[in-house]
Amino acid sequence: MEHIRTTKVEQVKLLDRFSTSNKSLMGTLYLTATHLLFIDSSQRETWILHHHIAAVEKLPLTTSGCPLVIQCKNFRIVHFVVPRERDCHDIYNSLLQLSRTAKYEELYAFSYNPKQNESEQVKGWQLIDLAEEYKRMGVPNANWQLSDANRDYKICETYPRELYVPRTASKPIIVGSSKFRSKGRFPVLSYYHKNKEAAICRCSQPLSGFSARCLEDEHMLQAISKANPSNRYMYVMDTRPKLNAMANRAAGKGYENEDNYSNIRFQFVGIENIHVMRSSLQKLLEVSGTKGLSVNDFLSGLENSGWLRHIKAVLDAAVFLVKAIAVESASVLVHCSDGWDRTSQVCSLGALLLDSYYRTIKGFMVLIEKDWISFGHKFSDRCCQLDGDPKEISPVFTQFLESVWNLTEQFPQAFEYNEAFLLQIHEHVHSCQFGNFLGNCQKEREELKLKEKTYSLWPFLLDEQKKYQNPLYNADFSPELTLLEPNTVSFNFKFWRNMYHQFDRSMHPRQCVFNLIMNMSEQNKQLEEDIKELEAKVKQRNGQSSAVPVKEHQQSAHPAPMALKTPPSFKKEQPLIPVNDAVRTIEGSNTADNRYSEFVAEFSKAEPAVVSLEYGVARMTC
Amino acid sequence: MEFAELIKTPRADNVVLHRPFYLAVEGTLCLTGHHLIFSSRRQDNAEELWLLHSNIDSIEKRFVGSLGTIIIKCKDLRIIQLDIPGMEECLNIASSIEALSTLDSVTLMYPFFYRPMFEIVEDGWRCFLPDEEFELLSSATDEWRLSCINKEFSVCPSYPPVVIVPKSIDDEALRKVAMFRHGSRFPVLSYYHKKNGMVMMRSSQPLTGTNGRRCKEDEKLINATLRPGKRGYIIDTRSLNVAQQARAKGGGFEQEAHYPQWRRIHKCIEREGASVLVHGTEGTDSTLQVTSLAQIILDPRCRTIRGFESLVVREWLQAGHPFQQRCAQSAYSNSKQKWEAPVFLLFLDCVWQILRQFPCSFEFNEQFLIMLFEHAYASQFGTFLGNNENERSKLKLQQKTMSLWSWVNRSEELSKFQNPLFEANSLVIWPSVAPQSLQLWEGVFLRWNRPSKFLDEAHEEMISIIKYNKELQAKVNALRRQLAQLETVDRMQENLRHTQLGIVSPLGSSSVSKLHTVSAEAGTLTSTQLYG
Repeated sequence: MEHIRTTKVEQVKLLDRFSTSNKSLMGTLYLTATHLLFIDSSQRETWILHHHIAAVEKLPLTTSGCPLVIQCKNFRIVHFVVPRERDCHDIYNSLLQLSRTAKYEELYAFSYNPKQNESEQVKGWQLIDLAEEYKRMGVPNANWQLSDANRDYKICETYPRELYVPRTASKPIIVGSSKFRSKGRFPVLSYYHKNKEAAICRCSQPLSGFSARCLEDEHMLQAISKANPSNRYMYVMDTRPKLNAMANRAAGKGYENEDNYSNIRFQFVGIENIHVMRSSLQKLLEVSGTKGLSVNDFLSGLENSGWLRHIKAVLDAAVFLVKAIAVESASVLVHCSDGWDRTSQVCSLGALLLDSYYRTIKGFMVLIEKDWISFGHKFSDRCCQLDGDPKEISPVFTQFLESVWNLTEQFPQAFEYNEAFLLQIHEHVHSCQFGNFLGNCQKEREELKLKEKTYSLWPFLLDEQKKYQNPLYNADFSPELTLLEPNTVSFNFKFWRNMYHQFDRSMHPRQCVFNLIMNMSEQNKQLEEDIKELEAKVKQRNGQSSAVPVKEHQQSAHPAPMALKTPPSFKKEQPLIPVNDAVRTIEGSNTADNRYSEFVAEFSKAEPAVVSLEYGVARMTC
Repeated sequence: MEFAELIKTPRADNVVLHRPFYLAVEGTLCLTGHHLIFSSRRQDNAEELWLLHSNIDSIEKRFVGSLGTIIIKCKDLRIIQLDIPGMEECLNIASSIEALSTLDSVTLMYPFFYRPMFEIVEDGWRCFLPDEEFELLSSATDEWRLSCINKEFSVCPSYPPVVIVPKSIDDEALRKVAMFRHGSRFPVLSYYHKKNGMVMMRSSQPLTGTNGRRCKEDEKLINATLRPGKRGYIIDTRSLNVAQQARAKGGGFEQEAHYPQWRRIHKCIEREGASVLVHGTEGTDSTLQVTSLAQIILDPRCRTIRGFESLVVREWLQAGHPFQQRCAQSAYSNSKQKWEAPVFLLFLDCVWQILRQFPCSFEFNEQFLIMLFEHAYASQFGTFLGNNENERSKLKLQQKTMSLWSWVNRSEELSKFQNPLFEANSLVIWPSVAPQSLQLWEGVFLRWNRPSKFLDEAHEEMISIIKYNKELQAKVNALRRQLAQLETVDRMQENLRHTQLGIVSPLGSSSVSKLHTVSAEAGTLTSTQLYG
C-alpha cells in the first residue's frame, strides 16, 4: 500500500481515556492495509478497522512522546502516545489517507474474504427476499399490486425496482405523481396491515410551492385511501417541523394542501433534520467524552445536546402512525423532504410496533432491508463511507437503533434479539466489511455488482445468532400482529451507555445479569439433554444389575423428589481469593484502571463459579 | 391524649380512591389512631388500602361544590387522591389526618401500639450486640479494647454505651479527647480490615477554633492506631472552604503538623494501603455514609442480609444518626425543618448503585433496600425511632416495641429479599462512579409513576430461569451420583466374585473409598461440563 510508510512502531502507550491516574498499556502498534492493530505487553489485541476511523488528531508533543487520538464511528476513542514524533507523523498521515476512501472498490468489503464459496455467497444474498416479505404481509391482493413502472429505475433512481401500489393507480398516475414529488419519490407501499387492511405508505415532499397542484398526485392519494376498505380517511404525516416544511415552499417544494386532496388529514410531527441531529450527537459525544465529568455537567450536557429529545420525537411520530392504523384502521402516508431519513425511521418503527415479526432476529433484518436499504436511505453519505461532503453525515440510522433499544428496555420480553445484536448491526453499518450497506440506493448497488463482489452480513449474524438472542424473549408475549404501546414519557428515555461507551470498560457493571441469564438459559438446554442421556444410562445399568437386590440401589432407582440443594459432596467450594492491598480500594472516586483485569484473572483462576464477572457487552469484532 | 379527640369523622362512605395506573375505586374510608383505611365494596375485587398516618408527608384539599378532594403525598413518594362527598366530612378527615400524621410525642407512635401477629423466632433487639462484634475483632487483633466509658451516656450523648478504642488509650484520656471533639464524638473504630490490619475510624470535627487549639490526648489516640512508619489519611467529608469556615464557630480540622503520620484530604478519597479517620462536622451524617459504603465495598460480610443489617445497626443506629430528626418529613412536605435530610436514603441509593454494578455480589435484592427506606420513614417497628441509643433506652423501645429485625429475619420474609443471583465472593467490589454509570433509582423514584408490568414479568422470567437452572443441575448431579453408585455396585459384585474365587481383598474400606472417588470424579465432570 502506497499510503503506509511505517508498518510497526514499538513502545507505544495506550492511555485509558477516563483514567485519572494516567495509567497506560505499553505495546506495539501495527499498521496493515485494512486495520490498525495494537498488541499490549500481555498480548491483548485491539483491532481498529480503517473505515471505522472518523477522525485522527495529533496533539502537541509531550515529554513522553507524541499523542495520537483516534475517534471511531462506533464511538471508540483510543489515545496512543508514540515515542518518536516522526513515527507518529507517519502513522497519522497513513491513517488520514487510509480512513478516507475515494472509490467504493477500495472499501474493505471488496477485499474481505470470509472463505465462502460462490454458491454460499449467492445463498447468503438470497437470505432476505423482499418479495417473500410482501407476500407475508398479504400483498399483492385485491387492492394492492406489484408495479413494474420502476423496473428500469426510470421513474425513480433511488427506489427499488419492485414497488407495490394501489391497483387503481395506473401508470400515468404514477408517472404524473412522481413528477410532482421531490426526487421522483412517489407514494408507494411500505407496510400492509392485513387485519386492519390499512397501509403505511411513503414518499417525498410534493413540489407544491405556494399553490401548485398535480391531479395525478391527488389521484394517487385517493387511490391509497380507496385501497383501504375499512376507513376512507387517510393520514398524511409530514415528519418535519412545520416551520421547515413552510420554508421549503419558497423553493417550490412544501407539503400537501388539505383542500386539494379529498379525505386526507394532514399532520406535522416535528422531527428535526439531519444537520440538527448531527450537531446534537456531536454535543452528546463532547459531553460523554469529557474526562473527570461531574454528574451535573453530564446531566445538563445530556439535556443540552437534545439527543434524547430527538429520540423521543422519532418514537412519538411512530406512535402517532401506529395509532392511526391500529385504532382508526386508517392508512397513513409518511414523508419528510426526500423521504429517505425521517420517513425511513418512522415507517420502520411503526411497522416494528405493529408487527411482532420485526421483533424477531430474521424479521429485523427484513425490516432494515426493506425500509432502509431498498428504499434508498443514503448509507454511504450518512455514514461517510467515501470521502465526501461532511454536511451529508448524520446519525439517522443510529437513532433508529437507539429507538429500538429504548423499546427493548420497556418491553424486555417482546424482542427475540438483544442489545448486542443492535450494536453489531451498528458496527457493520460503518465497517464497510459487508456489501449490504454500501452505496446510497439499490441502483448504485447493482452497478457496483455487490452481490458478486462482496458478502451479505445477514447470514453471518444468523450463524452466530445465539449471541444475539434475548433469553427473556417470550414469543407468546406478542403473537402475530400484536401491538406494542410504548410509554414515551420523557423519563423512559435513557442514555445508551453500552452504545456510546461500549469500549470504555470501566464504566459498565462488573457483573452482567443479562449475560449471566443468557448463559444460564443456554446451559439449561444442555442440561436437559444431559439428563435425558443420564437417565437412559441409569436405566440401562438398572437393567443389567437388576438381579442384585441392593437396598441402596433400589432407593436410587426411584429417586426422591429433587431437592434444590446439591448434595454436600458435590457442593462447590466458594472461591476465596485473597485480595492484595485491599485497603487501596477505599478510594472510590475513580475505578482502578487495570484493576479489572486483576479482578478477572483472580476470578478465572478459581474453580468455575456460576457467577462470572464480565462486561456489559460482548466483545465486538472489528 | 385520646386519638378519638382528633377523629371527628371516623368513617365516610362513597369515597373514591384515585391512584396512577389504576381505575378509580369507590369504597369506605375509615380513620383509626394510626391508620387510614380504605376498603372497596366491590364484591368481585374487594380491596383494602392501609396507610400509616406517619407515612403521610403532606396533604392538600380542594372543593368543587360539596365534593371535597384530598390529595395525600406520602413519605414513600406515593401520591393518592380521595374524593369525599360532603364538605364537613372532608374537612374533618383532612384535619384529622393532618393532626395524626404530625404527632409530637414519640410514645404515641404506632410502634408503641403495634402487636405482632407473627411468631418471634429471634428477638431483633438482641441481635447485633457490640460484644459479638468485638469478639470477631479480637480474633484478628489485640490492639483494640471495648470501653464502657459511655455506659450512662455521660461522655457522649449520641454514642452507644460501649465503643471500640485503641487499647493503649485509657478512659481518662478518652474523656479529654471527647472535650476536644464536636458533640464529644471522639474517634472510635468503625472497621478493621483483616487482610492488612488497616483500620477505619470515625469521629466529629476537632474543636480547634480560630486559634488552633490542640489536644495531646487526641493526637496520641489518632497516632496510636498507626504502626511506626505507616501513614494514614484523615478524610474530611467537607470541602476545604467549609472546613475553614467551621473554625469561626469553634470547629475546625486537624493540623497536619500535629499528626505527623497523617495526611488530611477533603472530599476526594485517594487510594493507598493506609488507615483512615473519617469525619465531617458532627460525624453523624456524611461520615456514616462514607464509613458504611467503604465497608460494603471492602467487606463481603456487609453484602449479606445479616451483615447489612448489622452494618445499619452499627454504623447508623448505634453510631447516632438522628433518624427521628432526619426522617421526620420527606420530599413533599411544605414545612421542612433544617434538621430534616434524606441522608439514609442517599446511602441506600449508593448501595443500590453498587448492587446494580455487582448484581451477583449481594445476598439481598433491591426490595430489601426499599423496605429499609420505607421503615426508616414510617414503620410499625421501633427500630428507627429516636435519634440515638440514649433516647432509645429512655423510650424503653426494647421493652415496648418490636424490632424490625425480629420481623425481617424470618424465613417467610427473608425469601422476598433474597437475590437469586447471589454467589458470595470475598473480593473488593469497586464501583464505577462515572456519571454515565450512575442511574436513577427507578424502584424508589418512579415506583408510583409508571406501570411496571412488563418489567416485573421479565424479572419473574429471569428468576424462573435461575431456579430451573438450579433444579437441572441438582438433577444432573443426582443422576451422576446414582450412576456412579451403580457402577460401584457392579464393581463390588465383581470383587465379591473374585473373593469367592479366593482372591484376598480388603473389601469394606476399599469399596467405600472407591465409591467416594467415583462420585468425586462425577462431580468434577459435572462442573467442567457445565462451566467449560
